[in-house]
Amino acid sequence: MRVAFGIVLALTAFGCGGDNGGASDQPAAGQEGGGAIAPAGGGTITGTVSFTGTPPANPTIDMSEEPACAQKHAGGARDPQVVVNDGKLANVFVFVKSGLPAGQTYPVPSSAAMLDQDGCLYEPRNFGVMVGQQLEIKNSDPVLHNIKAVPTKNRGFNISQPTEGMTTRRTFNTEEIGVPLECNVHGWMKASVTVLNHPFFASTGNDGTFTIRGLPAGTYEIEARHEKLGTRTQSVTVPQDGTATADITFGAAAS
Amino acid sequence: MLVCLLFAIRSPQSAILTQEPRGKAAYDKWCAGCHGDTGAGDGYAQAFMLPRPRDFTKGVYQIRTTASGELPTDADLRRVIDEGMPGTAMPGWRERLTDAQREDVIAYIKSFSQFFTGPAPTAIEVGTAPRASDEAIAEGRQVYEKLECFKCHGQDGRGDGTSAPTLTDDWDQPIFAADLHGSWRFNGGSSVEEIYRRLRTGLDGTPMPSFSDVIDSKIITDEQLWRVAQYVRSLSPEEPPPVREVIRAHLTEEGVPSGPADTTWARAEAYYIPVVGQIIVKPRWFSPAVEGVWVQAMHDGSRLALRLTWTDRSRSPDPAWDEWLGRVRQAMTDVDGPLPSSQGPDLLGVQFSPRSGEAEPPFFLGGSTRRPAHLWRWSSAPDAVTSGTGTGLGQFTADAGASQLTHAAQFVNGEWQVQFTRALVSADTARAPSFVAGRALPIAFFVADGSNGEDSVRGAVSAWYAVYLDVATPTRVYVAPGLTMLLTAGLGLMLVRQAQRRERNSERSNSEG
Repeated sequence: MRVAFGIVLALTAFGCGGDNGGASDQPAAGQEGGGAIAPAGGGTITGTVSFTGTPPANPTIDMSEEPACAQKHAGGARDPQVVVNDGKLANVFVFVKSGLPAGQTYPVPSSAAMLDQDGCLYEPRNFGVMVGQQLEIKNSDPVLHNIKAVPTKNRGFNISQPTEGMTTRRTFNTEEIGVPLECNVHGWMKASVTVLNHPFFASTGNDGTFTIRGLPAGTYEIEARHEKLGTRTQSVTVPQDGTATADITFGAAAS
Repeated sequence: MLVCLLFAIRSPQSAILTQEPRGKAAYDKWCAGCHGDTGAGDGYAQAFMLPRPRDFTKGVYQIRTTASGELPTDADLRRVIDEGMPGTAMPGWRERLTDAQREDVIAYIKSFSQFFTGPAPTAIEVGTAPRASDEAIAEGRQVYEKLECFKCHGQDGRGDGTSAPTLTDDWDQPIFAADLHGSWRFNGGSSVEEIYRRLRTGLDGTPMPSFSDVIDSKIITDEQLWRVAQYVRSLSPEEPPPVREVIRAHLTEEGVPSGPADTTWARAEAYYIPVVGQIIVKPRWFSPAVEGVWVQAMHDGSRLALRLTWTDRSRSPDPAWDEWLGRVRQAMTDVDGPLPSSQGPDLLGVQFSPRSGEAEPPFFLGGSTRRPAHLWRWSSAPDAVTSGTGTGLGQFTADAGASQLTHAAQFVNGEWQVQFTRALVSADTARAPSFVAGRALPIAFFVADGSNGEDSVRGAVSAWYAVYLDVATPTRVYVAPGLTMLLTAGLGLMLVRQAQRRERNSERSNSEG
């Protein structure tokens, strides 16, 4: 898995991902609801996030101090900040920003959202959890990472994970968009987690698609966030038990 | 008034009704200049400080007894206010503010953050330190390696690890990994118990994480974390080094040491000389990388050798520290013009009064045109020393002609050691002093870390000290006490005999009469 991930990373980083890297075990549609069990029935928002223009080159990372991580990146490590395959943009976090019935509460999933540190990179890079949901942070590298959350509305944490396989669980107790996660041992390692009190969110995978399920009929504002390219918002009307399509476009110039 | 009312409504404790306004008065007077009127760490002095003053609005504090990410207890806040934060601009306030004022200030600074409205935080439970021993410290060293503490703190603990040049705090300002050899300057205290607590709680707002989860995950035991604390403590002297005004140059009959690595140096006493940022001559420097130098001196009757040892996280210029310099440059941009855009060498200056026996030394910052200083200037790149005359900081004229001064330098794991050697008798007494056994000569120090944007003016300086050359112990020191004893005994005996004779004479005259 780790090797496959590394290959995908390498391929996408060099812009030759072509047909989604050919990795069968790469989730095609990224994260859905942070492991939340989508409410049964209801409507769905689905769409594709596209990127127009020439994507910026991803910066190279000097991993020479961490050979165990460097060897997971055949052909040299790059920070996959902007990952585009056939014009489709990965690592976009899409969520329902407004329009949900006031006062409605949603069950917190019993399963944890996962954050992996693999090859001295985070996976996923841009994702969501529900308020009170466990976030499980795993070190898949045989090197020291510290995982530090730097929120403003929640309390942060800074945990040492010195060995391969170590896992740590933490929760956030209030809504907050885009909590920075970082490793100080490896200054390039950055991720972002959005904490919501509902399960209507998803992240795009390498095919640029996302799906948000279980929504009651209504008109919603959705927001798409990318770590480098900014945000897009869009109004979507979901029919009773039906599907609404919301395609989103980012460009090289605009933000 | 409205502000007071708002605070009163927000706070569950009625004491705060009166504490906060009183705390505001003291805060506005003593704290706001650095920490800002609204507690955001944006007072007018902040641009001169690195690390920056604490931003109280985030409720993030380094020195706590609580778990990572938790708020500090009132006692934690009190400790920092009482004792200050060594290595930063934050002084201790025990002498300046009354007990009640400090309590009021705590209530007030808590009001800057929304987080303090919740339940009071509780300190984590810690046991007591297991007994220390050489084996314990050796085990601590192994765990230090297992936990990869060296990534930031370096192989020998001098804060020179491979990640050190990239470290930033929560406010994106550059921050040094601690030099573990200076425990008397640790924020939060230097005891094994206090170091252990820092390991358990982490230093929030900095890159230093908590190691509590590492114990919970059974990667190491609690005892092993205590061992790390014991190992870290063992790197520093048992007591904070005293600052002594006179550096004694020991007399050796075997010739002065051949270089900084010569093991004979172990026999010479080491004197700690604290240095502080040079903030008198522009461009001033408020964020020096070096906090002190250790000085040792020896002479053999014909030559004087000085060895200077100090922690420097980089052998400047070092490309790994370009990123660091860029951040420091950005942070300190408002202070007396921009920093150099590329790293200069590390610098060391040893400064003397040009003539021995003068009542007063020259101006301590490199001398003046009226009264120049004699200077030994060493640079790391190229590794060279020059002897000359200083007429002010950065104003230096090298001596003409052949130099009597030689040097040797080595850099090992975040530490410079530089030895200077010179003949005691100066070849040009108009410019350079002779060193005379039995006499003291004023001496002062200047040190700069090129990777931190420092140069021949922006650096760290010491006050004047004195170097005193031991004299050979003359033979009379051993002979005189013996002679004195003999003389005293002889005199005593004479007195006794006289007294006895007088007594006998008087007895005789009595019987006769």
